[in-house]
Amino acid sequence: MATMGNRVAYTLDSTLDSVNKVEQTAEQLAAKLGFSDDDLHKITMSVREAAVNAVLHGNAYDPDKKIVVAYESGPQGLRVTITDQGKGLDSQRLPDPLSEENLLKTSGRGIFLIRAFMDEVKIRDLHPGTEITLVKHMSAPQADAKET
Amino acid sequence: MSLKTSTREVNGVTILDCSGRITLGEGSVVLRDSIREQIAGGKKKILLNLGDVTYIDSSGIGELVSAYTAVRKEQGDLKLLNLTKKVHDLLQITKLYTVFDVKDDEATAIAAYAK
Repeated sequence: MATMGNRVAYTLDSTLDSVNKVEQTAEQLAAKLGFSDDDLHKITMSVREAAVNAVLHGNAYDPDKKIVVAYESGPQGLRVTITDQGKGLDSQRLPDPLSEENLLKTSGRGIFLIRAFMDEVKIRDLHPGTEITLVKHMSAPQADAKET
Repeated sequence: MSLKTSTREVNGVTILDCSGRITLGEGSVVLRDSIREQIAGGKKKILLNLGDVTYIDSSGIGELVSAYTAVRKEQGDLKLLNLTKKVHDLLQITKLYTVFDVKDDEATAIAAYAK
């Protein structure tokens, strides 16, 4: 995967405070790159959802487990990669939140929203752990997110 | 900014004015507690005014669904009022716009409970 520009990475505790920091950093970088307000919202929400998944569903708030967040930013756009140390996620077997039987479920919409909002989404099972990479291009195509 | 709620009553309808963020953690808990408090107090006509809600994540969406089902379980009715474009779009994309009764105007929303 080609680099997008400047890269910075952080190792963070599995806490909600970390989720907020991850989201704020993404927002600052995306704003600096000049994304529109609409894209800013899509990026910050997607990054927040991915960070929540890592902290809550991946590491289960385990104080011994960390998340690693890497941001790459440049003229082409923003790439955020979040890695946890949890038991892994089978992205192919996630329930469809739009199906009738799942509409009134109180969870299970995070990955769906990420895929809807970002231009590229890649989920890798690290055995153990999960790595999710989110990309938003500066001139985003209108099509839905493509999973690679 | 986390979520803040205040309650008022108009023509038998309990209006919960919400402002801030409904996200995993404090924001979701505040909404959950506010709804539980109304249900425990026997309130069955609840109008959630989300006009000043600046941000909502998937956990917050789940909390709205939870509020809806909790009120329905008590044979009550929960409607949503004054969605921002962001919240409106989120409900559209998650198909929840077809589940919730969404109103743009307080008077119309209150009148709808009487029907």
